[in-house]
Amino acid sequence: MKHVISVLVENEFGVLSRIASLFSGRGFNIESLTVAETEDKTISSMTIVTRGDDNIIEQITKQLNKLINVIKVVELTESVQMAREMVLLKFAVNSGPKRLELLRLVEVYHGRVLELGARSLIVELTGERAKIEAALDVLAPFAIKDMSRTGMVALARDSHKN
Amino acid sequence: MKEISGAQILLEVLQEQGVEVIFGYPGGAVINLYDHLPEYSCRHFLVRHEQAAVHAADGYARATGKTGVALVTSGPGATNTVTGLATASMDSIPMVVFTGQVPTPLIGNDAFQEADIVGITRPCTKHNFLVKRVEDLERIINEAFHIAGSGRPGPVLVDLPKDVIAGKCRKRKVAKTSLKGYNPNYTGHPGQIQRAVKVILKARKPVFYVGGGVVLADAAAKLTALARALKIPVTTTLMGLGAFPEDDQLSLGMLGMHGTYRANMAVTESDVLVAFGARFDDRVTGRIDTFAADAKIIHVDIDPTSISKNVDVDIPIVGDVGDVLDKMLELIEGSARETETAAGGHDEWLSEVEHWRNLHKLSYEQNEIIKPQFVVEKIGELTQDDNPIVSTEVGQNQMWAAQFFTFTKPRSWLTSGGLGTMGYGLPAAMGAQVAFPERLVIDIAGDGSIQMNSQELATVVQYNLPVKVIILNNGYLGMVRQWQELFFNKHYSSTTMNHAPDFVKLAEAYGALGLRATKPDEVEPVLKQAFTHPGPVVVDIVVAAEENVYPMVPAGEAISNMLLV
Repeated sequence: MKHVISVLVENEFGVLSRIASLFSGRGFNIESLTVAETEDKTISSMTIVTRGDDNIIEQITKQLNKLINVIKVVELTESVQMAREMVLLKFAVNSGPKRLELLRLVEVYHGRVLELGARSLIVELTGERAKIEAALDVLAPFAIKDMSRTGMVALARDSHKN
Repeated sequence: MKEISGAQILLEVLQEQGVEVIFGYPGGAVINLYDHLPEYSCRHFLVRHEQAAVHAADGYARATGKTGVALVTSGPGATNTVTGLATASMDSIPMVVFTGQVPTPLIGNDAFQEADIVGITRPCTKHNFLVKRVEDLERIINEAFHIAGSGRPGPVLVDLPKDVIAGKCRKRKVAKTSLKGYNPNYTGHPGQIQRAVKVILKARKPVFYVGGGVVLADAAAKLTALARALKIPVTTTLMGLGAFPEDDQLSLGMLGMHGTYRANMAVTESDVLVAFGARFDDRVTGRIDTFAADAKIIHVDIDPTSISKNVDVDIPIVGDVGDVLDKMLELIEGSARETETAAGGHDEWLSEVEHWRNLHKLSYEQNEIIKPQFVVEKIGELTQDDNPIVSTEVGQNQMWAAQFFTFTKPRSWLTSGGLGTMGYGLPAAMGAQVAFPERLVIDIAGDGSIQMNSQELATVVQYNLPVKVIILNNGYLGMVRQWQELFFNKHYSSTTMNHAPDFVKLAEAYGALGLRATKPDEVEPVLKQAFTHPGPVVVDIVVAAEENVYPMVPAGEAISNMLLV
């Protein structure tokens, strides 16, 4: 099962490496990991997407908590998380009907065109992971030349219907 | 207040932390520190290899309960500490290791004697620090000691670039250390403790399974009181030896791969298993799905990650084992009648345990060749009034020491349990002897292991640390040979140690007393001579070459499935 773990850490050098080596040393998976400063410059926020059964996730959470530089660990279940991912895509398409079709599809997924060149264009897509995956499936036939994904960022919702 | 150097700040903070002893080895990156060392009251012991400095600090910490301190230089000095740190980390030993580092502007340049020791030791320390500014030094050293000695203890490394210890700033008494992300929980949850006591009181076949955590928490007396009040048999892990007196009728001895028959049977048959400061290590549990399969499991540990890591626990209690035991004792005192009934109800269970005790005792046959078990028993017999500290190397010597020495007091047993570090025993004994100059400190060694740190004989002679090294010399890497005999058709590949030095001459070369026994009747006089000699001694005892450690649970089998002879 996929799990999303949000981790607040002290914004110090080496913290990312502590987390990464915890995962590799204990044989846990990292599917994606994002990290950036929070509004408090001394604290960074990480969103880690990982896989494992309940026991493994419990161990991951406890082991993260055990690290001295980790301030808070929250497992975000799907019902309480607000999660987004971004992908930048570069297509090699000349102007013509193929390009028009591509632009239409990009619009369907609420994407934005960031750069429009004679032989290529760069598109930004943002959304939940499922939407990104679906978009990538649909856009795959258009010869994606290059791609960069952010991995997931997530926050806990304050209120949610259950 | 005037400005002082980083070196002076460090030494002053050590003094404030109550550090009396440093084990170390100088080098270019820490020369400023060594320059100021004689001005302070800390005693420095110059080892012969940095690994030994860390093991000595470890032995000192295990014997005293204080945080051990080692100081080494950058690069190879620092990398030589890795085994010692991993040893201490696996066994939760409080320790602070200071390493020199190249000056901050050179870090990352592949400078002379540069090593990314913070990167290298991240997985084998509780935490580590690179000090980048002299202004941070005082705070970081205090944090290092705080982290090392609190919660589940462990080693902390502090990397000190040369310009940081040469740099100057004002020292100020730092306010109480507090860390945002570190706040160990000492107090056991009262509700959980109450539930646990209820279950314990109703148990028909309970067993206490006691680990090193009880020793680390200085809770042996409380544990003993609880076991005796409830008449519950106690088995200890290798790390827990000494947490419960083995001469007590309730003692089951050690459990696990080389545990006693009665301990392994009792755990297997138990209906309630209470783990105090133990971590369900694979050498203890054997095949995990058969381990105490019918028992309700109660697990008391200060480290939440230990709980439900290897086995599912019915009642987890996170907290200091001493605090939890206090509360348990309070609860059973409050319900005296139930306690009495429970204790009385265990008679049948205890007689079953007694039956197992008599069925397969730890045994050996002493004939014309000296048996290693006989030597360990003799050591115990000759020193029973001396309250000795026993360290071991790793392998057969370690298991025989664990099995045949009768442990009655905590903090008298120094052994590398988790990592299984050969070469640990002599430097650890050295560290303990520094802490207790008047006590008898004995390293039970093998002819293989002792060669991994025998250079420390120079250190013990230099400081007249009267450590007694007893080598059970069987001419083999005995434990590996035993596995080869049992599971690899006696294919003794690379386990024959037939090019060992003459250990008597080796001792003499270092200026220690060297003795030898080759016949059973020589053992006692030679040991007596060793124990009464005022200085360090090496005793080479030629023992039966192919003696095995039994019982033995083959790796991955149920612990009730023991090879007995």
